[in-house]
Amino acid sequence: MSTFTRLTRRGALAGAATLAMPAIGGAQAAPIKIGLIHPVTGALAGAGGRCRMGGQLAIEDINAAGGIKSMGGAKLEALLGDAQGRPEIATQLVDQMAEAGAAGFTGCFASALGLAATQAAAKYNIPFSIDSGIADAITTRGLKNTFRFFPNNSTATADAMAALDALNKAAGSPAKTAVIVHEDSEFGTNSVKLQAAMLPKIGIEVKAMLPHATPTRDFTNIVLRIKAEKPDIVLISNYENEYVLLARTLVQQRVELVSTYSISGGGFNLKFAKEAPTVAENMIDFNHWHNPKDPRSVAFRKRVEAASGFYSWEHPFGYFAVKLLADAWERAGSADKEKAIAALNASTLSDHFMPYGPTKFTDGQNSGSHPVALQIQQGDMKVIWPTAYADAKAVFPRPKA
Amino acid sequence: MKAVALVVLALVPFALPSQSMVNIAMLTAFSAFIGQCWNISGGFGGLTSFGHAVFFGTGAYAVAILQTRYGLNPWLGLPVGFVAGGLVGAAIGAASFRAGLRGSYFALVTLAFAEVFRILSNSLDFTRGGLGINIPLGMGVGNFQFADRRATYAVVLGLLVLATLCAAWLRRSRFGARLAALRENEDAAQALGVDLVRTKTLALALSGGLTALAGVVYTQTYLYIDPTIAFGSERSVEMLLVAMIGGAGTVWGPILGAVALHIVADVSRSFISTPGFAPMLYGVVLLVIIGVLPQGMAGLWERLRRA
Amino acid sequence: MEVFCFFSSEKKVFFFEKKKQKTFVRGVLRGHRGFVVTDIFLAALINGILIGGVYALVALGLTLIYGVLHIVNFAHGSLLMVAMFAAWLLAEKVGLSPYAALPVVAAGMFGVGWGLYRFVIGRVSRGEDRAILLATLGVAVVLDNAFLAMFGGDTRQIETDLTFAMWEVGPLLLSVPKVIAFGASLAIAGLLWAFMALTDTGRAIRAVAKEPEGARLMGIRPDRIFALAYGIGIACLGAAACLLLPSFFVSPHVGNVFVLVAFTIVVLGGMGSFPGAVVGGILIGVTESLGGLFLGESLGPIGISLVFIAVLLLRPTGLFGATR
Repeated sequence: MSTFTRLTRRGALAGAATLAMPAIGGAQAAPIKIGLIHPVTGALAGAGGRCRMGGQLAIEDINAAGGIKSMGGAKLEALLGDAQGRPEIATQLVDQMAEAGAAGFTGCFASALGLAATQAAAKYNIPFSIDSGIADAITTRGLKNTFRFFPNNSTATADAMAALDALNKAAGSPAKTAVIVHEDSEFGTNSVKLQAAMLPKIGIEVKAMLPHATPTRDFTNIVLRIKAEKPDIVLISNYENEYVLLARTLVQQRVELVSTYSISGGGFNLKFAKEAPTVAENMIDFNHWHNPKDPRSVAFRKRVEAASGFYSWEHPFGYFAVKLLADAWERAGSADKEKAIAALNASTLSDHFMPYGPTKFTDGQNSGSHPVALQIQQGDMKVIWPTAYADAKAVFPRPKA
Repeated sequence: MKAVALVVLALVPFALPSQSMVNIAMLTAFSAFIGQCWNISGGFGGLTSFGHAVFFGTGAYAVAILQTRYGLNPWLGLPVGFVAGGLVGAAIGAASFRAGLRGSYFALVTLAFAEVFRILSNSLDFTRGGLGINIPLGMGVGNFQFADRRATYAVVLGLLVLATLCAAWLRRSRFGARLAALRENEDAAQALGVDLVRTKTLALALSGGLTALAGVVYTQTYLYIDPTIAFGSERSVEMLLVAMIGGAGTVWGPILGAVALHIVADVSRSFISTPGFAPMLYGVVLLVIIGVLPQGMAGLWERLRRA
Repeated sequence: MEVFCFFSSEKKVFFFEKKKQKTFVRGVLRGHRGFVVTDIFLAALINGILIGGVYALVALGLTLIYGVLHIVNFAHGSLLMVAMFAAWLLAEKVGLSPYAALPVVAAGMFGVGWGLYRFVIGRVSRGEDRAILLATLGVAVVLDNAFLAMFGGDTRQIETDLTFAMWEVGPLLLSVPKVIAFGASLAIAGLLWAFMALTDTGRAIRAVAKEPEGARLMGIRPDRIFALAYGIGIACLGAAACLLLPSFFVSPHVGNVFVLVAFTIVVLGGMGSFPGAVVGGILIGVTESLGGLFLGESLGPIGISLVFIAVLLLRPTGLFGATR
């Protein structure tokens, strides 16, 4: 914890002191500055803070292992920025950090922030490694500096349907009908239109689509409508607060389901599993996670839990967003923007513990990245699909109450 | 003297070597501009509004829809946004003032109107619902997208000057006098023959039209809007704070307020990185300013001049 | 542009959704989908009434503060959040049930509210309306961010025995914590009314609310009364927080979820009126619930704002407010 705070403070000072960052004397190579832009205040603060922490851990590790070796062991130095959930502040931070000499950026947890920040960084042609921020548009709108090691929305939704199909078929196809519940802003609407198109193709009829506002204070009506439709599964795409309320109301109203299936369920995490054990047990979410079969992921999770008490997929996302940049600098032997971008385009980063195939970038998007299907079992997070990474068998259909 | 100093200060950012400093100047001028827009109705007219984002969002959506749906040039967004914002202002004003709303009641009704617009834009296909609108990237002056922050600053500065001229005009004109009379004592002003509904509605429409311009510029700068960015209450609060901290009902107040609040926000943000701590400090400073300067910063100016 | 690639499919989805919505609504109206659909209508109605009770709880304090101080308390949502964190901490760390914690939290919140007015809001604003408004706004900013710094931005919740307790009424399942909250909000409204009508302090508060100058001449110090009223208003929030916790969640932003609704209720019921807050709360709860049913949960919340605007434009004194 103490290292963590110290790092934070140093980063903050570096961020402030755009004017006078004294060069460290001696033979050591000049540090490479990397801007970490996340919302650490405001509504997205929790998740944004986890992404930031992941990034800081990566910097710590890289420096401890001797920095960027091809550049004479140059150390990485974090410039920390709080985007507060506001695109204009994300943009301002990019400007400030670019002038403070940032050689690369990672961020920004939310798509709206990512869209604004990558566009600002493109002006300086500084490479930007997206951590979380799932909107396809971030990489499809033709910015040459923007790279995403992690899956985009269309991949995630297509994978989610493939996973659901596999789980369903393996159990003898108990799920034939579905109701989709989704929040009505960019995040939910975007993935839901893809789901509705794909579900019939895997033999699941969509009986109703129920959008809801954020915030929604009560889910009884939605759950009653679900009950009236008698679906086998409920598909959910929404944010943390609403996810928690909906999940609880489903149990309270005793809705009999084969399963719930959320896609990037906002509230599906270990805290939920701990605080609401009855509700959370056996819920399935299609989401980001590490590869549990890789021992490094277990060590990483322990380390994060020791430092902050709560581990989530945002931590490895923040971590490998930084690693992707560092790997590019290592191979380019330079923090030069052009060279780094060329190295990113050619990146085959394989030194990671994500459940991903070979890294290959096409227009800034890593086509090898995929989310996994997760289930809360006995209060812990288990990967249940694809089998190559699974550390538990799926409970599907869920046992009758 | 004051004016000369301000002109010099306003021109300094053009000479700054750093884009981020220009950007800070731009954001400050932007806050000053929206604060001044609020001030026109909220300060000079005493029409305390909690929902000015309704005009901001109207302008933002006007220019976004104009481009993406009808393929029109974004520069047209300025006149269209102004008219749209003005019409929304006129409609809200006519309905509220006819019903005799004032004080907290008027404040709350504006808040509700902003909420209605937010929910509508979140649900209608026409505004692409919650997906928001992405403006295609295409930097260029003809396309109202500037790669250089100085150009954005120039536009915002121009708008700030325009709004400030409006404020100065309100201070001197007969219309402004009628507005002030209503603000001080409605009954007396009406007894003297001031048309309450007409005067207040015009003030709100003017303020609404100008605020919509801010929405247009915002959209063209950040190229993405969604219902919360456009109509969320944060924007309304920002406008109200800038004007009130600076001094509501004064010509220079919003400019002073914007400068002060941006200094506080930027300084606290760059020195403290524990999440939540910087905005907390901002709140504390806010309380101190309210406590020390009940008339806003413009009041301090007056006090200093008299001393 | 990615956003346009999906344009056609998106259209279809929206269309599909609208069609479903329409047939569903028709089903409700004609009841031709059998008892299930009418059940939903009935359930939505009852559910709306129950939620309305919870809303009323949050609005009671606000209406008291408005009635006495004549200001919109911008810090209301933030103080609700503070109270909910207090209740959550007591439940999580001490193991105290939120219902057992109610008196403690309410008393604590009275202290917080009283102190906040006495030492911050009152001092900073010197009793001026505009300054009070700004001061409550400033307090909200400080509180929200202080709790964010302390607790992080995540959503927290508790699971108690009562969480899944449901009361079966015919085909309906009513959540027991919500029924309790509803009953409690009626009781608290009654207590507040009795306090204001029957006690000397209550009469003093009403005197100050009506005629601050006159009250001063009678030897009542308005600033003391303001602090007292603010404290009582915030104590109501303490009670509301404990009653909400079993059926809701806690996060540093939870206040924002309720604050607009509370304003609406206060205006609808008549600013300063306790029965107004309860009736207004129930009306808003039902409006929201039925609005969600007929318009979809996405467009549904618009009902609240429309009711709000209509009341302000047509009868700004609200249902129970005195004429100005």
